[in-house]
Amino acid sequence: MAGGAAGGGGTQGDTYKEARTWLLLPTWVTLSILVLVPVLLMLVYSFLTKEFRGGVIWEFTFAAYDQFFCDRGLFGDEPCSIEWTYLNIFWRSIWQAGLATILSLVIGFPTAYFIATRPARVRPLWVFLITIPYWVNLLIRTVSMRFMLREEGPLNNFLVWSGIADAPLQMINTNFAVQIGLFYSYLPFMVLPIYAAVERYNFSLSEAAADLYASKWTTLRRIVLPAVRPGVIAGCILVFVPSLGAFLAPDLLGGAKNFMIGSLIEEQFKGNAGNWPFGAAASMILLSMVLVILMIYARQQARAGGEER
Amino acid sequence: MQVSDGTDHAIDVRKAVKRYGDFTALKSITLSIRDNEFFTLLGPSGCGKTTLLRMIAGFEDVTEGEIFLFGDEIENLPPNKRPVNTVFQNYALFPHMNVLENVCFGLEMLGRGKAEARRRAGEILEMVQLSQFSERKPSQLSGGQQQRVALARALAPQPKVLLLDEPLSALDLKLRKAMQLELKHLQRETGITFIFVTHDQEEALTMSDRIAVMSAGEVQQLGEARDIYERPENRFVADFIGETNLIDVTVKAKDGSRVLCAFDNGLTLTCDAVPGIGVGQSGHMSIRPERMKLHQEMIEAENFRARVIENVYVGTDVQSILGLDGGMRLTVRTQNSDRGKARIFEPGSDVFVDVEFGSARLLAH
Ligand SMILES: Nc1ncnc2c1ncn2[C@@H]1O[C@H](COP(=O)(O)OP(=O)(O)O)[C@@H](O)[C@H]1O
Ligand SMILES: [Mg+2]
Repeated sequence: MAGGAAGGGGTQGDTYKEARTWLLLPTWVTLSILVLVPVLLMLVYSFLTKEFRGGVIWEFTFAAYDQFFCDRGLFGDEPCSIEWTYLNIFWRSIWQAGLATILSLVIGFPTAYFIATRPARVRPLWVFLITIPYWVNLLIRTVSMRFMLREEGPLNNFLVWSGIADAPLQMINTNFAVQIGLFYSYLPFMVLPIYAAVERYNFSLSEAAADLYASKWTTLRRIVLPAVRPGVIAGCILVFVPSLGAFLAPDLLGGAKNFMIGSLIEEQFKGNAGNWPFGAAASMILLSMVLVILMIYARQQARAGGEER
Repeated sequence: MQVSDGTDHAIDVRKAVKRYGDFTALKSITLSIRDNEFFTLLGPSGCGKTTLLRMIAGFEDVTEGEIFLFGDEIENLPPNKRPVNTVFQNYALFPHMNVLENVCFGLEMLGRGKAEARRRAGEILEMVQLSQFSERKPSQLSGGQQQRVALARALAPQPKVLLLDEPLSALDLKLRKAMQLELKHLQRETGITFIFVTHDQEEALTMSDRIAVMSAGEVQQLGEARDIYERPENRFVADFIGETNLIDVTVKAKDGSRVLCAFDNGLTLTCDAVPGIGVGQSGHMSIRPERMKLHQEMIEAENFRARVIENVYVGTDVQSILGLDGGMRLTVRTQNSDRGKARIFEPGSDVFVDVEFGSARLLAH
């Protein structure tokens, strides 16, 4: 009996394995075509020589990376000293994306908590309301945000009319506008994962904490947050990563001063003036940064998971 | 019983009403719970026990009425300002903290130093025999152990009153019996007032100093276990607590609290009555199955004739179903012991039923 069962299990296992291989094939093919091949293509391009009207010459070189990291003087013949132009753009981008993430978290967490604590009937409606603006194309939304923020736009009109400001404020082409743009672009990516986590949270834990003399704030900090942390981290990553590579908001709302990595890369591939290998190299550097962040996250998750067991 | 000054009562609930929209979950509850008492709220599911407990803990607003804790009005205080602690039905242990951290939590929130909190938590864990598990996470414990952690966590801050909402209902029978004794023991040892919620009448009778029997948002009867069992005040209590025979009767004559009742089939029987039932009125007579004896011959004037229809063995007892004239049915329990005086009759035998003096009770509707 036992032997028979074990033997049956063996053959069945093999069958499953085979079936799984075939069933997963479309997934692997799609992932390869959509993710692996383009990334490898960019990796290869970043080591090629640029052609002046866009495109590449198939000649191996480190020139793109050299241009990114090395300042070789006006004539390009001095020894390598650190080139700050692009590193500064990167640094500013990280800073902007980080700020946008924090802003999204500060607004998104209470929003998600609010939705998750509504009666179950109306929760889908709230989620729907949050996602409505995202049915419109990102470009259109960003342009309309430009209208909102410009000097004679509704926001300034309101501020002046209500007496909060004496004269229209310069909002467009500032860091503030970029922040608003990024925040507005990616807020749902913060709200939805946190909402999912809070909805799963067992609220009798909050009651138990209150019963044991914890204030609302302490309960949030010591009981709720640890329980919904995976959702918060997922939300932060989902906002931070696209913010880092964003180009619409910085371009349309931030102007030339608030240039970000996304715009830098975009420019290299637009029109005839671009430098494809340089754009590819910048993309690769951005990608490695994102990978490092994700790896730190995965490491932490694994550690937290280990603690649970 | 003094209700007004409230100082010698752990909890005074006065005319407390709870409404959810236009549904009234609690209809003007008034009850006093003494200091140092093991008090039980007993009633079927949905009668409002949890609601009342949560109002005392502070998780539910009181629609109308007041709640006092040792004379202090508390119904408007938030839960974290009330010196009462709760053992939740699903335990609600903090999953990311180990056993010791769970037990320390309340003490830390009260501002006890870390060392002091740990010492006290250690004592409590010793008391519930969990010392060797203090480093474990709740998910690494069995149901019974989690239950004891919940208990330890709620007892650690030395609350004035401990609230327990069906804490044993998730445990299997054997463990439940053991925990009943342990809880009772803990209550004696700590001297803390326990308010215990259950829908299990046997559990309530075993553990409680006093019981409030609830139904449909009202307290039906409040008293000691023995009172509730032996002198139920209405049909609901008689039916809900233990087993009983409920017979529709009409009052024929009355002499003080003794009344002569007639069954539908014409038989008559004298019994005790709750106040307020007059001659000519109808009511329910309750006779506990173990308070009747079966005999071959008539030995008392009021013995009546019946035929054994069926015997059911239930371990310690034999339960005999009797048929009376007019199709009436009665259940009689006889102790299953060779040495006992009572005899067990075979199905089909004709017998006389002797109702123990003072154990038939006439109840209001
Ligand atoms: N939040 C609520 N909204 C509406 N009705 C409720 C709510 N909580 C409890 N009730 C109702 O109040 C009654 C008493 O509930 P509860 O106190 O939980 O009963 P018990 O604990 O005795 O089983 C039930 O009929 C229940 O449906
Ligand atoms: Mg309940």
